[in-house]
Amino acid sequence: MTGEPESAANKPSRWMIWLPLALFLGFIALVMIGLYRPAPRDVASTLIGKPMPEFDLPPGLPGRPGLASADLKGGEPHLVNVFASWCLPCRVEAPQLERLAAMGVPVEGISVRDRTEDLKQFLARYGDPFQRIGADDDGQVQLALGSSGVPETYVIDGKGVIRYQHIGEIRAEQIPMILEKLEEARR
Amino acid sequence: MRALLALLMLMVSAVPLAAQEEQTAPYAYRQLDDPAKEEAAHDLMVALRCLQCQGQSIADSDAPIAGSMRSLVRERIAAGETPDQIRDWLMERYGDYVSYEPRITSLTWPLFALPLVLIALAVLLLRRRFARESKP
Repeated sequence: MTGEPESAANKPSRWMIWLPLALFLGFIALVMIGLYRPAPRDVASTLIGKPMPEFDLPPGLPGRPGLASADLKGGEPHLVNVFASWCLPCRVEAPQLERLAAMGVPVEGISVRDRTEDLKQFLARYGDPFQRIGADDDGQVQLALGSSGVPETYVIDGKGVIRYQHIGEIRAEQIPMILEKLEEARR
Repeated sequence: MRALLALLMLMVSAVPLAAQEEQTAPYAYRQLDDPAKEEAAHDLMVALRCLQCQGQSIADSDAPIAGSMRSLVRERIAAGETPDQIRDWLMERYGDYVSYEPRITSLTWPLFALPLVLIALAVLLLRRRFARESKP
């Protein structure tokens, strides 16, 4: 500072003095809102409304057909369940998938990074609703689908287009919602 | 005390009840033979987000899905794809979220513009102040 007396015209006006504080408080408010709002942890696939990527997976179980994207173009909507025997929420979901299968919904499975033995035990213990099971041992089809975890369930329409992605286990109260999504896929 | 210790030992050595996640992707933990390609793959892997452990890159993460993603990157680099093609392929599926590389979009441009605006403002204010002080 030069020590020169500042002229009255150059003095910041009264409200200008409070401007930095107001900006700072506004910033704090923004940070607090961001901290307290729960961040979405799910990474949704951006392939909704697009055709299923081409794949052809070998069978996960002997005697059960594997799963190829061509199997999903038969004119009828399918559920494709991405699961694994090592996945705990998949056990929670198993009864719901069985109920859906019992209602006549075609349920197909993609088992991710799994072993045949583990898979057999899992299905024997928790139920086996699957028409086909494709073994995605190296996890590449899971990535092609835009799936970021297990379990995830995709609703595929009769032309093989992904219509809905359900992230996490299907709970009992969500069955009507899944049926509705299948109905929408039929249209 | 001894009983507690024994219990602790038992807990540590207990056989896991759940089946284990199996990593069979060929290049999850194996580098490419060509060092130049491995370097290109690694540069991309540190810029891709692990989808499960969301604060880590796939190069840092030990999650099995990160292993699958590393294998995908290495296999595609080995097959001659460019890092940009691979990143685009993943972003087509997972959105911008999967990439750590900042992108200028209609949503993010203020982040890039704001520092420039502030610098311009500072220069303007300083120039006015210095011009005033240098006057007799």
